[in-house]
Amino acid sequence: MDYQNVLTTCTYCGCGCNFFLEVLDGKLVGTLPCKTSPVNEGKLCIKGWNVHQFVQSEKRLTHPMIRKNGVLEKVSWDEAFEYTASRLSEIKAAKGGDAIGFLTSAKVTNEENYLLQKFARAGVGTNNIDHCARL
Amino acid sequence: MIDMVKQKIEALFKEKKIAGFLGLREQNGQVAPHLFMEGQALEGLCLGDRKIAGDARYPLNKILVTLARQYPEKTLGILARGCDERGLYGLFRLNQLDPDRVIPVGIACPGDLALACECKKPFPDALAAGEKIQAGESVKAGLETLAAMDTLDLDKRFSFWKNQFSKCVKCYGCRDICPMCFCKDCSLECEDLVSKGDLPVDIPVFHLTRAMHMADRCVDCGLCDEACPADIPLRLLYKKTAQIMDIEFGFTSGINKDERSPLSMMGPAPKKVAK
Repeated sequence: MDYQNVLTTCTYCGCGCNFFLEVLDGKLVGTLPCKTSPVNEGKLCIKGWNVHQFVQSEKRLTHPMIRKNGVLEKVSWDEAFEYTASRLSEIKAAKGGDAIGFLTSAKVTNEENYLLQKFARAGVGTNNIDHCARL
Repeated sequence: MIDMVKQKIEALFKEKKIAGFLGLREQNGQVAPHLFMEGQALEGLCLGDRKIAGDARYPLNKILVTLARQYPEKTLGILARGCDERGLYGLFRLNQLDPDRVIPVGIACPGDLALACECKKPFPDALAAGEKIQAGESVKAGLETLAAMDTLDLDKRFSFWKNQFSKCVKCYGCRDICPMCFCKDCSLECEDLVSKGDLPVDIPVFHLTRAMHMADRCVDCGLCDEACPADIPLRLLYKKTAQIMDIEFGFTSGINKDERSPLSMMGPAPKKVAK
């Protein structure tokens, strides 16, 4: 019998609510809002309350995949990067930078978000950049 | 107080009475529920008092139900305030926990906390530490809160609740934090009653359905109030249903260890108890 509560921060939006993931024998069994967190003071929204469900979801992607002949196939990270870089270059050359959009995250660092918008604007030449916190 | 609690837990482990103790622990600057196992020191054990008494309470009973479902043969100790013990009595009655497999280690709440909670019984029967404060003042405060609502006429009362319910963001936090909510199929997820995935919440069906289900369960611990991001006075709502149960049947959830709910009895209605 091994029951642990692991303190962590919600991955969904930029509020940064704190909760405990309840772990029983190595499996997530629940979420408890952190009462002593000054951010959320023991409260959560419905997404936060159900975070434990997606972590172990069978639908979750665990490998990079590329659709080949209409079927998704597992590929290496090298192949995925190679494919992404070459397709972005092709699309930009054929249709211009505005044919490409970028979606970034409220839950990565400021610096990572800066880098992605820099890549979008200076590298690809588009202002099509948005983020997951536009709920 | 904490030293007396520690001594009690250590004695339970020493006498091999419990396989683990479910309590609270301070770690990383936060208070969290923790299962202390045999042979581990009770390092960081705390009672959930941070800035003020009882401001870091957690639904330990709910965790106990989860553990008991997985390990029905294990006997566990649990930290219990008066409200937690009422919850345990309710869960024994509802066959969610086996009374022979639970050993509460009780702490009494101080007077100011009892009054703020309008507590019916701010100490557990299984008292290990703290001084019993009689419930007179806090019960009176609860009755006054209910009486103040009852002075409003029906229209005003209904519009008060409709306004409160309209704040709901449908997080289901009241249900998810509730130690007395354990159903595998929840009526609040039944699409004939509650629409799925949209707001505003179904008014008043959502909250009144829950209030009905709480009628013979709610032990007035107040965790739902603390978990509600919209500050809906849920406890006041369940206090009213509990009051009706008391007036009609003389029943108060969790007050007696061997209680039976009038809602789950066959036969003639129990006699009203003169107050």
